[in-house]
Amino acid sequence: MKPNLAVGIVGYGGYVPRYRIDAAEVNRVWKDSAMPSGRSFKAVPGPDEDTATIAIQAARNAMRMAQVSPAKLRAIWFGTESKPYAVKPTSTIVADAIGALPHANAADWEFACKPGTEAMQAATAMVGSGMAPYAMCGGADTAQARPGDILEYNTGAGGAAFILGVAEESLAVLEASTSYVTNTPDFFRREGQPYPSHGQRFTGKPAYFHHIQAAVKELLNETGASPDDFRYAVFHQPNYQFPLKVANRLGFPKEKVVPFILTSQIGNTYSGAALLGLAKALDQAEPGDKILLASYGSGAGSDAFCFTVTDKIKEIRERGVPIDKYLKRTKLIDYAVYARYRGKLRLH
Amino acid sequence: MQIAKSWRRQPSNLRLEGTRCTACGHLAFPATIRCRQCGQAEFDVYQFTGFGEVVVSSIVYEAPRDFGEHVPYCAAVVRLEEGISIATMITDVDPEDVSPGMPVEMVTRRIAAQGDKGPILYAYKFAPLLENQ
Ligand SMILES: [Zn+2]
Repeated sequence: MKPNLAVGIVGYGGYVPRYRIDAAEVNRVWKDSAMPSGRSFKAVPGPDEDTATIAIQAARNAMRMAQVSPAKLRAIWFGTESKPYAVKPTSTIVADAIGALPHANAADWEFACKPGTEAMQAATAMVGSGMAPYAMCGGADTAQARPGDILEYNTGAGGAAFILGVAEESLAVLEASTSYVTNTPDFFRREGQPYPSHGQRFTGKPAYFHHIQAAVKELLNETGASPDDFRYAVFHQPNYQFPLKVANRLGFPKEKVVPFILTSQIGNTYSGAALLGLAKALDQAEPGDKILLASYGSGAGSDAFCFTVTDKIKEIRERGVPIDKYLKRTKLIDYAVYARYRGKLRLH
Repeated sequence: MQIAKSWRRQPSNLRLEGTRCTACGHLAFPATIRCRQCGQAEFDVYQFTGFGEVVVSSIVYEAPRDFGEHVPYCAAVVRLEEGISIATMITDVDPEDVSPGMPVEMVTRRIAAQGDKGPILYAYKFAPLLENQ
């Protein structure tokens, strides 16, 4: 898929909360044999943070980089599976905070971990059709896990925002994008339930791997590109192993993928995961580089994108906040503080 | 907090909007209806940059009910780079590490949530300048 009018990224920004918990500390409390191998940490939102505040900071960082008037954003679309309100859009809060209201479309997107890339495709279409000079899309989550569940080792928090505009103003141009979606119940949460359920081993082969491989193969077909043509590849990252394995199956060597797997530093940030990886890749990309992005959302589907970095990237990127700033800003907390911050203690 | 009151304050809470006197240029935060410098009553909206420094701070252990879940927290007066001082909270730092002169920047946070059923109040706090963290 490709719009008639060439579209690209004119600014981006990410955000990761300050607090970290060590997987070994979770293991100290729950003594689960399923603890991930190797040292790993996950980002924990502070007691005054949620998906809206994370999305706002990512959006502000993207605006700072893009330097476009907020009144020219015709869409503010964030994807999440941890909305602060069950009914009441998160995106209106974000849009208000960056001064983009009222002449804008604001909505929350939902598709497990991949609503942000769906919003990116829709924002591409909106700009590419000439309906909007600019559109913002992004993903943010403060993923919850049942205490003691295997998910608790790496359900992180973070998000990223992208502003799309015409190719001439862009730091990276979208070459093509594909989607591959099926009706697969690998992971879900029923209304009113605090924590999700997952299909154990069912989440791997027929879910994550099948969908990402299908979306990426279709993308390579459509663009006529091969893995060799890409400088970097970013995959959704529910853990450290899955993105490495799917890259290997698709023919992308490890070194093109590893720098953008952030799970051992911040955990799985769900709707933020693949997008933070893309932001990290753009932080170090050079003009002419091709970048592959492939998201995954349970339920299930994958969106794949091919971007080519332009020679504008250096001057535009300089105005932003590197993702590394947030990766290096850390305050380690223990399980008790984590339980308090995540609302796992009932006070009344 | 009442919904109508917090709704009216959204421009100042979320975007740090105040007023600038059209006659003498005096800045005010929050928005004012009469200029403290020249007394006239016409203003433009002025959006503060959100950068400033801590003037004085204190650690709060006994908080108003709405803020009870966040104790202990750091309450402070921050002087914005435009010269206006505002009362606020400092976040993303251990309260005992806050000191006068510390450079800070505005962030938007959940200020109060009134349990699980009420409206969530989002507003400004200040955090140590990211470049210094
Ligand atoms: Zn005046």
